[in-house]
Amino acid sequence: MKHTSRKWSLRVIVIGYLALLVGLPVGYLFIKAFSHGLGAFWSEVTKPNAVAALKLSAEVALIAVPVNSVIGIGAALLLAKKKFFGSRALTLAFDIPVAVSPIIIGVALILAYSRIGWFGPWLSKNGITILFSPVGIVMATMAVSLPYVLRSVLPVLIEVGKDQEQAARTLGAGAFRTFWQITLPAIRWGVLYGVTLTIARTLGEFGAVLVVSGDITGKTQTLPIYIFAVWDQSYDTIGAFAGALVLASISIVALIILSSLRARERKLHVDLA
Amino acid sequence: MDSPANPSSSLLGAPPTRKGWRRFAVRLRSSSGAIGGGSLIVGYLSIIFLIPIAAVVAHGFSFSIHTEGWGAAFWHWHLTAGFSTFWTDVTQPAAISAIRLSLWLSLSVAAINAVMGVAIAWVLVRDSFHGKWFVEAFIDLPFALPTIVVGVVLLFLFGTQSPLHIDLFETWMGLMVALLFVTLPFSVRAVQPVLASLDGEAEAAAKSLGAGGFRTFVSVVLPSLWPAVLGGFGLAFARAIGEFGSISLIAGGIGRTTTASSYIYNLTQGFLWTNAAAVSTALLVLSLIILIASNVFARRFQHRLAP
Repeated sequence: MKHTSRKWSLRVIVIGYLALLVGLPVGYLFIKAFSHGLGAFWSEVTKPNAVAALKLSAEVALIAVPVNSVIGIGAALLLAKKKFFGSRALTLAFDIPVAVSPIIIGVALILAYSRIGWFGPWLSKNGITILFSPVGIVMATMAVSLPYVLRSVLPVLIEVGKDQEQAARTLGAGAFRTFWQITLPAIRWGVLYGVTLTIARTLGEFGAVLVVSGDITGKTQTLPIYIFAVWDQSYDTIGAFAGALVLASISIVALIILSSLRARERKLHVDLA
Repeated sequence: MDSPANPSSSLLGAPPTRKGWRRFAVRLRSSSGAIGGGSLIVGYLSIIFLIPIAAVVAHGFSFSIHTEGWGAAFWHWHLTAGFSTFWTDVTQPAAISAIRLSLWLSLSVAAINAVMGVAIAWVLVRDSFHGKWFVEAFIDLPFALPTIVVGVVLLFLFGTQSPLHIDLFETWMGLMVALLFVTLPFSVRAVQPVLASLDGEAEAAAKSLGAGGFRTFVSVVLPSLWPAVLGGFGLAFARAIGEFGSISLIAGGIGRTTTASSYIYNLTQGFLWTNAAAVSTALLVLSLIILIASNVFARRFQHRLAP
């Protein structure tokens, strides 16, 4: 009797906390975005600047996600295969971007690559503009979304072990063929999990991009920056909420993919430094 | 039968010298791939954030590559005047109050979510009820949701036009709600797998010896949960102290609710790069201490748990 009441009170506290902290804001987002009807939502989302922002976000993701995936898988292969001098330092280095404020990442890129930065004079002499341009946005996004593929693939890779790879090599398969036919199929769910996390993080990055982008409407606004600007400059509630809803829907789809992958592969979890 | 460089055959007997040399060549070739790949990765990390972060620290101490000369005068200036400008920038009243606000907010948020994280993980692991999968999926939502989305929603829900008539605009409570929201997954997910891996035998023993539910929890479950709880605390704290997007709107524009990240952002808007670099360096050191401490801590406890 006493046991049941304790169980129930804990249940109520937990669900109440989650409902107030998470459920209320997320529910409010959906209600508010549609409060002026589906038509208003649609006309907000199809405004030229909103479309340009969505396009830029997609382009940034199309560059940052593949590069970070290749680097992440490569690093995972390297770290799983052998312990070498500096392997612990490399693991730690991958965690730096998520442990550090995104604002600092943005400031760092400016102090290295803008006109006032270390390489600024050299870059401008060669006609390369990194700041206030899509290049800087891509770099900032790459930095903050770096660790997720590595963190998802490495535990799977360690669990799979090396037996099958060694067998393939003994039977005469080259390194490349072994990777495509043995290693990659074994870690595919881990890769997909990491890539999904990377996409979610890429599309949502705000702070680092805000610092480097210069916030030029229609040119260097990704979707998160657009949402911020729409509110900050014109107090356009519906516009901000419509943009927020688009981003939120993408992340909810990502979330569904992640949890179904987790159900498939128990080794996967949101493990974030 | 000595034609192919077959590693298994060379394991059987003493390798003849030619074959041994060939194996050495093969190993060199295979590890040269690893070395090449490794340098590529390190190069990539260097370009996208390692060198830039070094530039932040250098600028924080007014240390610029294109100053004239590398002589003794240069070093002397940077070790004295450089440090003193850094110190002046970091100890400005506005900077101190921003860092202090970030510190105490992050500590309290990490502490509250550490407690709630254990409770939520407990319910998710030990309890069963209809719709539990939904609650389970809910936990990661704050992680997946872009921070600016959180910022916009919280601004309208708890801003001056609040439909609930709860106005937290430009208050520390508004910041706290945002930080509790974004750090929630870290606190829960750090504890949940560890709680799930406890087999319950010790708990059953404690209960059969007459310990109540609460006492069993405190003296049997909690000791094995501590490292995970502290790990989650570290993650949540690190996330909270660097957070910007979700709190930037509800914080408004007043000094009382300016966190360290917002303070740095404001400095960049005024093109005060040296100031921004100095405060960034201070915050960077804090974040790295947390990162390294939680890594070391986690490793030490892993040893203890699985000898």
